[in-house]
Amino acid sequence: MLSYLFKRIYSLIPVLFVVSVAIFLIVHITPGDPAAIILGMEATEEQIASLNEEMGLNEPIVKQYLLWVGGVLQGDFGQSYFMKEPVLDSILSHLGPTISLAILAEIVALIIAIPIGIFAAYRRGSFTDHTLMVATLLGMAVPSFLLGLLLMLSFGVYLQWLPIAGYKPLTEGLWTHLRYLILPALSLGAIQAALVARMTRSSMLEVLNKNYVKTARSKGVKEHKVITKHALRNAFLPILTVIGQSFGTLVTGAVVVETIFNLPGLGQLIINSIERRDFAVIQGIVLFVTLIYVFINLIVDLLYGVIDPRVRLERK
Amino acid sequence: MAAVKEVDRVRTIKASLKKQERQLFFRRFFANKLMVMGCFIFIVLGLIALIGPMLVSYDPYEMKVAERLNAPSGEHWLGTDEFGRDLLTRIVYGAQVSMGIGLIVTLISSILGLVIGLYASYYAALDHILMRICDGLMAIPGILLAIALMAALGPSPLNVIIALSIVFTPNIARIVRSSALVIREQTFIEAMHAQGASATRIIWQHIAPNTISPLIVQATFVFAEAIISEAALSFLGAGIAAPDPSWGNILQAGKLVIFKAWWMVVFPGLAIVLSVLGLNLLGDGLRDFIDPHSSGKKSK
Amino acid sequence: MEKKPLLEVKNLKTHFHTERGQITAVDGITFHLNEGEIVGVVGESGCGKSVMSQSIMRLYDEKYTAKYEGEILFQGENLLNLSKAMMQKIRGNDISMIFQDPLSSLNPVYTIGDQIRESLMIHQNLNKREAQQKAIEMLGLTGIPAPEKRINEYPHQLSGGMQQRVMIAIALSCQPKLLIADEPTTALDVTIQAQILDLIAELNAQLGMGVIFITHDLGVVAEICTRVMVMYLGQIVEETDTDCLFSEPLHPYTRGLIKSIPQLEGERLQKLYTIDGTVPSLQKVPHGCRFASRCPYADELCKEQAPELEAYSATQKVRCWHYKEILKKEAVHESSNE
Repeated sequence: MLSYLFKRIYSLIPVLFVVSVAIFLIVHITPGDPAAIILGMEATEEQIASLNEEMGLNEPIVKQYLLWVGGVLQGDFGQSYFMKEPVLDSILSHLGPTISLAILAEIVALIIAIPIGIFAAYRRGSFTDHTLMVATLLGMAVPSFLLGLLLMLSFGVYLQWLPIAGYKPLTEGLWTHLRYLILPALSLGAIQAALVARMTRSSMLEVLNKNYVKTARSKGVKEHKVITKHALRNAFLPILTVIGQSFGTLVTGAVVVETIFNLPGLGQLIINSIERRDFAVIQGIVLFVTLIYVFINLIVDLLYGVIDPRVRLERK
Repeated sequence: MAAVKEVDRVRTIKASLKKQERQLFFRRFFANKLMVMGCFIFIVLGLIALIGPMLVSYDPYEMKVAERLNAPSGEHWLGTDEFGRDLLTRIVYGAQVSMGIGLIVTLISSILGLVIGLYASYYAALDHILMRICDGLMAIPGILLAIALMAALGPSPLNVIIALSIVFTPNIARIVRSSALVIREQTFIEAMHAQGASATRIIWQHIAPNTISPLIVQATFVFAEAIISEAALSFLGAGIAAPDPSWGNILQAGKLVIFKAWWMVVFPGLAIVLSVLGLNLLGDGLRDFIDPHSSGKKSK
Repeated sequence: MEKKPLLEVKNLKTHFHTERGQITAVDGITFHLNEGEIVGVVGESGCGKSVMSQSIMRLYDEKYTAKYEGEILFQGENLLNLSKAMMQKIRGNDISMIFQDPLSSLNPVYTIGDQIRESLMIHQNLNKREAQQKAIEMLGLTGIPAPEKRINEYPHQLSGGMQQRVMIAIALSCQPKLLIADEPTTALDVTIQAQILDLIAELNAQLGMGVIFITHDLGVVAEICTRVMVMYLGQIVEETDTDCLFSEPLHPYTRGLIKSIPQLEGERLQKLYTIDGTVPSLQKVPHGCRFASRCPYADELCKEQAPELEAYSATQKVRCWHYKEILKKEAVHESSNE
């Protein structure tokens, strides 16, 4: 297990290297002088020159990269030009709503999707199966920001059941916190649910054809136990992968959904930063979210080992 | 008495067999029908984008303040927007922008992905470098990467195309590479190599044709993703800038008037959903068509 | 006292619905099995022997894919009339099954202990500790060394022979009255094959259960079965006791099977006998005798009318129009050869 862990972490090094170079270069593909763009039209030559100096933009590019990466490794994501504070501080202060939203959306998705997927697989070919699968196709075709707007329109504007904008932290009570997150989480979770439901179905279908399921039935195991004990645990590996991978979709989706429901999360921060041309913050958020994403996939891979002894006990 | 019972039993068995047969037929028919439907939706939307602008009678840019936010009516089928422009006209012109950008992004990333994937599969050293780059780019969540690129490049249709092509190329390259590797390992390639066939010849004449079908399936999904991504970018104000219409920026305007004008959200939304649904159905159908085992439809 | 049959199958038919229409994989099979007896079922792949065995346990999905007809009397009770829950009580408890490929038949994510305990806990109401004790005992019985250590391992950590022993331990844990062994040795090495066969024969003697042994290997049949049924395209074409199978095969198909066993003695350069043609598809079952297209003795009658299974002697039945003539001809042929 330990060697598996090390192997997995080792394989991340080149990925993270490419990620860091790509994100670093984003600022440098800006047509023209970054400092001039940051300062806008009215900036004088001296202002631009001094900002270039301040941001280290006059150094050779490799040195700039090394300085930046060195800083990141020590937890220094740079300085926000607009907010005059460390980028990491701005990110952390906006992290709460995004994480709450992503987790809630994932929970909503899993609660809906896994039973649907199992049921559809079990009743494969039936009318229910077809109806559910058409519903998931539809679910995947509705982008989260659009679903957000539609939910806002129906529940917020017409029915007026739920607040359509704003955010209350968990410290103001669980229900208050959740109330503001329900619509965003639904809009975000729907696509995820469609995806996971389809994956669960196809994965279950594959496993249900396996010989060990036949063995379980021939042992007299009750049908619901065949499904939940023998089939589901084997079917769970690909499902887990989808969950891990789609976390990226979830966070980026959160970024967009936040702007609809006015949640003060990373999404709002990055959109505002685009308007302010605050490149250090944009860079920082992209890097930060990517790191979370990579980290979650690492955890998913480790969970593989917990679920499947063949991975855990591999002696290579 | 017993004989009657037996006849009854046979009859019920036969009836239930018929029912099962019907279900089976239904299932096969359904699978095909969905693909046909997807294809149909896509063609209709494509036609709207191509010849729609000739059919609509309003100017997509001319503002009439007196007619702002009119509800759908005989005159304006889908209503008007916040500047009094005909929404149907804006959506039809927007189809050209949104689907056009989607198509160009798909073509660029397919061609780049094909070249990268093929050469990576052929040269082991190149494979290491190219695939690490692809892994790295794919580790960055797509829309975030696109947002950051747009922030650096500035909003314009060309920049949207560049940003989204960077996002989707690794995706295609990976698919092409993995199906190319299967061919690459086969003995006849080794034999051709031994006979002195050039790498270019082997790659383009023998490996490439085998990667085309998975590439087309993936390209269909990338097309759908690209339409969603462009809409999201424009919705966030980082894509196609007003006054040029795109489905995303019509929605962005719609969000501001959501209390007064539901049609500003519902109709452009419908356009996005239909195009994405059409492409997804088409892609699913094509995938089943090319590889019947992938869908897990087995009766026995 | 007359021996009571443990299992009587009467005119069993199994229909499947496939995407290309309905097929009948088992078409009117009748046979019986006495307590403590080992009956072999032989035939080429695709002849329906596995389908028959799984039909006896009703393992196919009756809702969407399969339909059974006929009667399966187990200790006098028709299994096809039982409810799902009743059937579950019989599976693994009264009737057990082992399959061809042990690795894929064991669940990769549970230890073998988990998997042996499961049927004990379902059928015998044992708690986990008692079941563990019994499971170790069963593993020991199947000849696995250090069972108390092995029990915590996962299937992929064992060799193929060991995996099949585990399958046998699972199948026999509740002392079933009937064991269905579906090609249990096919996927194993020859030496391991012999060990597993010995084990099944030994446990059959020790525990007194009836065994239906499915195989395509006549050598295996000779070794452990008392009676044999030869299946072809979903039907029994010959039923006989093992001795007569080799000394006096009746059906041309059976003759073909026996002739195609590689001989160790005699001329080395003799070409291996093969039966011409292949098994017809179940979607296009021939009108007359199902074997007619591959049979050297077939005539117009065979192509038009299907023969019934008829009794030749007290222990032999055959489904062929011409078996008597063939028997005479071959006898002359053989004596002239000597």
